[in-house]
Amino acid sequence: MTSFHSVGLRNRRAVSFAAIPEEPMSRFRDTVLQAVRDGWRVVALFGSPESGGHTRLVAVLGEDARGELGVLSTVVSGAYPSLTPECPEVHLFEREIAEQCGVVPEGHPWLKPVRRHPVDHGSSPGGAVQDRERYEFFQVHGEEVHEVAVGPVHAGIIEPGHFRFQAHGEEVLFLEIMLGYQHRGVERLLEARRWPEAVLVAESIAGDTVIGHASAACGAIEALARSRKTPRAQTIRGIALELERVANHIGDLGAIAGDIAYQPAAAFFGRMRGECLNLLMTLSGNRYGRGLIRPGGVRFDIPPEMAVEMRSRLQVLAEELSGVGHLMLKNASVQARLEGVGVVSRQSCIDLGLVGVAARACEVPRDVRHDHPYGVFRFAHVPVATAWAGDVLARTLVRWLEVQRSLAFVIEQVSALPRGGILAECNALRPSELVVALEEGWRGEIAHVVITDDAGQVRRHKVVDPSFHNWGAVAAAMPGNQISDFPLCNKSFNLSYAGHDL
Amino acid sequence: MLDFLRTRWTQGTRTSPFPEGPADFPERFRGRPALDASRCVTGCRECRAAMPSQLVVLGSDDRASLDVGACLFSPEEASACERGAISYTADHRLSTRARSDMVSGVGALPDLEALETRTQRLFGRSLRLRSVAAGSCNGCEGELVALGNVVFDMARFGVQFVASPRHADGMVVTGAVSRNMREAVYRTYEAIPDPRLVIAVGACAINGGPFQGSPEVENGVPADLPVDLWIAGCPPHPLTVLDGLLRLLGRLEERQGPSNS
Repeated sequence: MTSFHSVGLRNRRAVSFAAIPEEPMSRFRDTVLQAVRDGWRVVALFGSPESGGHTRLVAVLGEDARGELGVLSTVVSGAYPSLTPECPEVHLFEREIAEQCGVVPEGHPWLKPVRRHPVDHGSSPGGAVQDRERYEFFQVHGEEVHEVAVGPVHAGIIEPGHFRFQAHGEEVLFLEIMLGYQHRGVERLLEARRWPEAVLVAESIAGDTVIGHASAACGAIEALARSRKTPRAQTIRGIALELERVANHIGDLGAIAGDIAYQPAAAFFGRMRGECLNLLMTLSGNRYGRGLIRPGGVRFDIPPEMAVEMRSRLQVLAEELSGVGHLMLKNASVQARLEGVGVVSRQSCIDLGLVGVAARACEVPRDVRHDHPYGVFRFAHVPVATAWAGDVLARTLVRWLEVQRSLAFVIEQVSALPRGGILAECNALRPSELVVALEEGWRGEIAHVVITDDAGQVRRHKVVDPSFHNWGAVAAAMPGNQISDFPLCNKSFNLSYAGHDL
Repeated sequence: MLDFLRTRWTQGTRTSPFPEGPADFPERFRGRPALDASRCVTGCRECRAAMPSQLVVLGSDDRASLDVGACLFSPEEASACERGAISYTADHRLSTRARSDMVSGVGALPDLEALETRTQRLFGRSLRLRSVAAGSCNGCEGELVALGNVVFDMARFGVQFVASPRHADGMVVTGAVSRNMREAVYRTYEAIPDPRLVIAVGACAINGGPFQGSPEVENGVPADLPVDLWIAGCPPHPLTVLDGLLRLLGRLEERQGPSNS
């Protein structure tokens, strides 16, 4: 019998669904737990409806050091023994399964609502999760302990989410986060809509990660259609992805400066974020790159004169950025304000299965571009940036390093675009296959898992935004910090509410 | 200190010339969609199959109209008509006072009428807004945040986002209004003292945008909330939002079109 890691699954390489090992529940559980003990990571764990009211649980595992992916499945109905007590990184995946499929992970330590769906994939949730409206938050009792509730509507221009603090004076004892307010039913729309039109939904999973999510979704569809992108299209996608990363990281650096009242950097970075968005608009006609990424390649080319213009604008930007970055990060009072705030330990990072900037700031060098390379990143490498302290300063430094490295990458790529077309044919999808497309979005690993039915239609489209892995880190980083540092701490992660809520 | 002064000097002044100067957009910018009636064949309906949004509305006489509010500004909406009847102009002005004004035969929008004198006197030089993101993707929010940066600097017109509905003169709704946010939208509206404005920003808030038809959303701002200003876009460019707000406040009367159209 094939084992979960020998089915030949790689980033964007589809496998026949029949080849995926199906194991009885107890073996499925043991295999996943043993793999995680052996250094594998849970990329996705989700349910897919089967006939007869059963649910198929599919686990996608990743071995980053070897660039391998593994997959296995099991069929359950009603309930199954939860994996979370022994593998905390699946806690949210199991809550999602309970809510979407109505299957109870028995023994889950905290089976609370994720988003609330009346009926989603297949069966009704029944009594699998509590009613969101009647949910009772965890409370700390004691003298002078007080509770602070924030959201879903926030003081600034921020996505909706609810934060419940248990505090003693200024010190936070516990933070519980309730999300789900942005739930729009994205997965069901991706499954119901036709391709290529469904890419407009993929572009709107998280509006600050248009390129990341659209590239992952198209990567999955292209693999299922055996569509071969041209080198030029792959390079343009890489350029757009790194521009998106630079724009968002600069925006975050500015917002972090704003949260510690270091106004000059907040103003300068805020303006320079716009310069990157304007470059994306020059390329695609939209400041967030909408309309660019399409199945089979890209919709807009970079003609020679545009490449020259982009290059010179990027060089000016790189120079201006360097001045502001050093101004901010060399400033002792800025360093003192960021250091030691919102610490996530390396062990917590591994236990929680964090990805992206949050993981790299704990010296866990996870980066899809490096570990599971695809597209242009197989030929041109962006060095992985890490820091070790796991605090706000570390996350700020990782962002700053990535801005510089990604800018250098874009300047290099825009100067040496391969020749050729930009959009290849992307025809019918192969029936009864599964594909995993990973993309290193600016927040971290984006995973789109697509399963086709025997007619070649999309049967299940699972989306895992990096925020889904990382929200637990915000809650874990807060205890012991001052409640007034929450905005700063939250901003240093800058997770997506929409990407989590789908 | 010297480093700071040097950086400040290098950065210079970056405020957009708008509204005194032109609103400049790159060649590929997709502004207001337009329908070329001479290329649109009545009863053809072919665009409907490839159209990823509700941009084209067919009347009882089978004539096509454009609903700018439903436009997702994707290249596919223009290419859905093989005869080339649908195109994007460079016009960034995408705001109307009434939802019905978003629909017209050729995609043109009427001149935006300012608030009546009394409310204009109240809000014209100082407008405080509360942002409610409700089932959005964070795209429109990103552009609202950008309005506060040094380039667009909305505060120079006396318009600001505030931290409490009690301090606000109006509410800006973004997103398709998810079922989980419906109550929060109403409660925010009720918490804002009268007279108050409601501003719907983006295709989602107007008709659900790319999430139109999902059972998890209300397809935009609920019909019983009185919307004073509709701003189309996916997401609208910051200058599109600024243009709509300034016209509503009567601060931008001359017809200021795109410089390159």
